[in-house]
Amino acid sequence: MLGRLTLEAFKHDWIEYLAGISMVLGGLFIVILITYLGRWKWLWKEWITSVDHKKIGIMYLIYSFLMLAKGLVDAAMMRAQQAVAVGESMGYLTSEHYQQIFTAHGVTMIFFVAMGVMFGLINLILPLQIGARDVAFPFLNNLSFWFFASGGMFVIVSLVIGVYSGAGWSGYTPLSGIKYNPGVGVDYWLWSIQISGVGTLLSGINFIVTILKMRCPGMTLMKMPIFVWATFVTMILVVFAFPILNAATAMLFTDRLFDTHIFTAEYGGNPMMYINLFWAWGHPEVYILILPAFGIFSEIVPVFSHKKLFGYTSMVWALVAIAFLSFIVWLHHFFTMGAGPNVNAFFGIMTMVIAVPTGVKIFNWIFTMFRGHLELKTPMYWFLGFIFLFTIGGLSGVLMSIPAADFQVHNSLFLIAHFHNVIIGGVVFGFFAGYTYWFPKFTGFKLNETLGKYAFWCWVIGFLLAFMPLYLLGFMGASRRLDHYDVAEWQPLFLVAGVGTLVILAGVGFQVLQVLVSIKQRKENRDTNGDPWNGRTLEWSTASPPPFYNFAFVPEVHERDAFWVMKHSKIKEKAIRKYEDIHMPKNTAMGFYIGFFSFLFGFGVIWAMYWLVALSFIAMIACVILHLYQKHPDYHVPADEVKMIERKQNP
Amino acid sequence: MKKTFKIAFIILLCLGTIAISALYISQHTIDVLDPQGMIGQKEKELIITASLLMLIVVIPVFALTWFFAWKYRASREARHDPDWEHNYIAEYCWWGVPIIIIVILGIATWKSSHELNPFKPIENGVKPITIQVVSLDWKWLFIYPEQGIASINFLQFPEKTPINFAITSDAPMNSFWIPKLGGQIYAMPGMRSKLHLIANETGSFRGSSTNISGKGFAGMVFTAKSSTQEEFNQWVALVKQSPKQLTMQEYQNLAKQSENNPVEFFQLQQSDLFDRILMKYMMPSHE
Amino acid sequence: MKASPTTAHETYPDTHHDAYSKTIFGFWIYLMGDLIFFGALFATYTVLNESTFGGPTARELFNLPYTLIQSLVLLFASFMAGLGGTAAHRKEKGRTLLFFSSTFVLGSLFLGMEINEFARLIAAGNRWDQSAFLSSYFTVVATLGVHVIFGLLWVPILLIPVLLEKSLSHVSIRRLTCLKMFWQFVNIIWIFIFSLVYLLGVG
Repeated sequence: MLGRLTLEAFKHDWIEYLAGISMVLGGLFIVILITYLGRWKWLWKEWITSVDHKKIGIMYLIYSFLMLAKGLVDAAMMRAQQAVAVGESMGYLTSEHYQQIFTAHGVTMIFFVAMGVMFGLINLILPLQIGARDVAFPFLNNLSFWFFASGGMFVIVSLVIGVYSGAGWSGYTPLSGIKYNPGVGVDYWLWSIQISGVGTLLSGINFIVTILKMRCPGMTLMKMPIFVWATFVTMILVVFAFPILNAATAMLFTDRLFDTHIFTAEYGGNPMMYINLFWAWGHPEVYILILPAFGIFSEIVPVFSHKKLFGYTSMVWALVAIAFLSFIVWLHHFFTMGAGPNVNAFFGIMTMVIAVPTGVKIFNWIFTMFRGHLELKTPMYWFLGFIFLFTIGGLSGVLMSIPAADFQVHNSLFLIAHFHNVIIGGVVFGFFAGYTYWFPKFTGFKLNETLGKYAFWCWVIGFLLAFMPLYLLGFMGASRRLDHYDVAEWQPLFLVAGVGTLVILAGVGFQVLQVLVSIKQRKENRDTNGDPWNGRTLEWSTASPPPFYNFAFVPEVHERDAFWVMKHSKIKEKAIRKYEDIHMPKNTAMGFYIGFFSFLFGFGVIWAMYWLVALSFIAMIACVILHLYQKHPDYHVPADEVKMIERKQNP
Repeated sequence: MKKTFKIAFIILLCLGTIAISALYISQHTIDVLDPQGMIGQKEKELIITASLLMLIVVIPVFALTWFFAWKYRASREARHDPDWEHNYIAEYCWWGVPIIIIVILGIATWKSSHELNPFKPIENGVKPITIQVVSLDWKWLFIYPEQGIASINFLQFPEKTPINFAITSDAPMNSFWIPKLGGQIYAMPGMRSKLHLIANETGSFRGSSTNISGKGFAGMVFTAKSSTQEEFNQWVALVKQSPKQLTMQEYQNLAKQSENNPVEFFQLQQSDLFDRILMKYMMPSHE
Repeated sequence: MKASPTTAHETYPDTHHDAYSKTIFGFWIYLMGDLIFFGALFATYTVLNESTFGGPTARELFNLPYTLIQSLVLLFASFMAGLGGTAAHRKEKGRTLLFFSSTFVLGSLFLGMEINEFARLIAAGNRWDQSAFLSSYFTVVATLGVHVIFGLLWVPILLIPVLLEKSLSHVSIRRLTCLKMFWQFVNIIWIFIFSLVYLLGVG
């Protein structure tokens, strides 16, 4: 009845108990709070069942922030362990626990923080920037979020019931196979990636159709904001890359559950095949993370420089070039697997070539600042920090793209320093810039500048302290994923890295404080006209926050930077316009239910509770059928109601 | 005045950090930057050359960014061209110069990939020594087929002698790395990788695995010792007198999971042990 | 800013932003993604198809005439779906029901033949866990089988509303078009399987 699930699954070491209990208590606290405030119905009606892209975007962000907290705790625990576990000391974590922590840290940060915040921002901004009222498939959008949330729950639940994988976020075979990891850990990892991956794929399809089919009149492709271009190119990467991950994990799944021998070392299987497939997805994945960040900077730099973006056309072509090239470099993740000099050299050279369009983008941003009128607000600070850190990370990346050089740094802490350098300097800073920039649009007030700048400095200095020593450690022969080491000389560097982590945590502290203080000060920082930064793109033409239908009148554009043109054009707006009924989709609970049952489905497979698997599968099909058979999935907002809302927002 | 003080403080802080780092680096060995083997030396040269070439782009990026951010700050009321978004010369520069650098690096990549190909034997006129490497859970087994000995977590070889490593695994994938001598290569079950290294001088070098293989992964540290030819011969003779015999059965024992293994020496009784380990994965066993 | 949405319609960069157009385009993109999924499975099969670990090879195991009949059955199933899609667009309710029902019958026959093939192999001791070759063979073909199961499930789910409504609604036409595309996709994947796995394996 309970499959493999026994009381043993609940037994952990005292640190895991602490983590599990605090999470359960945290969850209970939230439940009690909502009950106390009497907000269950509101939560269900306004958020959980919402198909509004803005609400879904905010849910992505909140979920990702919670996962970020967990990921940072993982990081702090790792740094603490490595600061003390030298020579005779084995640290305070067992090897198995440490290995679960870095595995969960990687999965959490990549899938549930980086992807989450980027997809959250895209959800919030994309329809507004193209003058649309929502995405192409609002129900699918809701469903994608709940698949994403369901995937994350596998990571969370594994803290309480069972264990998580200790095979690294990349899950290399044969270590992740049934022979070396017969427990539930790798299964939890598999399902967290597989289910959230389905959500991502659906979003990819959704956003592509949205961009190609729902742009407002006059907005040809070359008149779209660069953020939209970046999103478009990213989603093409998603649609091409994620099916490969699905296939790789599906075959690992059959290896583990049905005893197939695809990636095993025995019976003729080929573990290297998994690695090839994983990275054929994995490399485009890192571009899926960074390209939206590039898009965000392309929005911010022109606005805060009061100047047009330099070289719009080159920027578009650079995006396309990077996306195309990202599919022919994957082998650089395993130069050391013995592919031979010709193959290695080819992939190395292709990897270097990506540096060219990336460099073009950086120069274009710099020269957007040239002869601009720069307002160095917090978003620009994040941009300048990005230039500094991302460039260093790019340098170390090109260095590793030379196979013979890579032989000496592969899988060492040099590699770890490199990818944190580009992900934090690029993706995280890009997100923080976008978050600060677009915050007033969805809340109606700006974030506190001073605290934002304090947070920025903590992040930059913290990053340097936490990761520059790792470059050195890599050169000193320290490999990654070590729960313990024997070289006393390394310890001071690990201690410095630990201090860096604390500084970063201080930065996060400032960011939390920033939100609280900004809420308190919201009246002083209120965004009164929807355009607090003197923006250039269409989202700033709506109120802050925008009405649920975004635009009462679908805008018509004629040039790039459409809103800027509208603000400065000599054409007088027609004073009187006739409001029309607006066609909007209805809320639905099916996305939540399907997501929920997908979690039960995976949980059932993991613990061999096959009755649960069958029931949740049937339930999911039933929900799909119910959704398909909905009589009236949409409704019309009467013109009078639109008029009333518009009058209230623009008195 | 306060502003200048602030800037001076920041510059002092940066210089201080650089000074401390330089002091630390000078006091400690950085294996990859101070190799004791020819392969490692060439790899280090590659790293330095590539970094210098890239500074050609990185330094202008930093300089321009900070200069523009300072010069065009709103408060400075510098020249403002809000619609200037195109300049051929600028574009030629930052498409052209990086392309040239990448071409140079590309050529270096092609050449070095061949020259430093781990499968390529080292020719220096000295007869090479063959060492077979098997990664186990969680230790390294070194087999000397020509000398008839074997050891756990320790290997010795004569200086200035090419070493032909044949590498496999009887465990998950690991990666065989002696940073002081040169780059690494993966040890994979059912597969035979090769690595060719050489030590320029005598010394003791640290080696480890860099690819996670399970619970005891961090303990997979070994010592690689380069000695004179006489010292090596003496060592071989000593090991040959070891009471421990590496038979097939003893190997099965050894392959069982264990962590943080101490150094052990064996007489090699199963001379084709390495091949047998490989074959295990290729064909169904008929025992 | 000017003009109400109706007159601006002509200046939309893509005038096909109606529900039908969006859905069909979105479904196409999904099918391309599914194609890449199968591509990864095929790549794996290509790498592993000679790794028989001392066991029987493709030539020894596959029955080409049987597989040929299977292929014809599936071909007709998808052909029926194509006809059904056309009938739906013409709002011919009776024909739509007939053609898609034929798809269901033929598709079920194909699935039965596939299960029979698997049973034969397993009974002779050639289960998927005997070698990498057999593992990847079963994985590729069973994945297609799972797609067929979904395609079969979908037929009654879509036909029941058609049966109950007076004439084919926009919604039904749109969904049946997707179903038609799905069956044609399944057929194309099978052609790949037939060529790569069976023909190349035996030839």
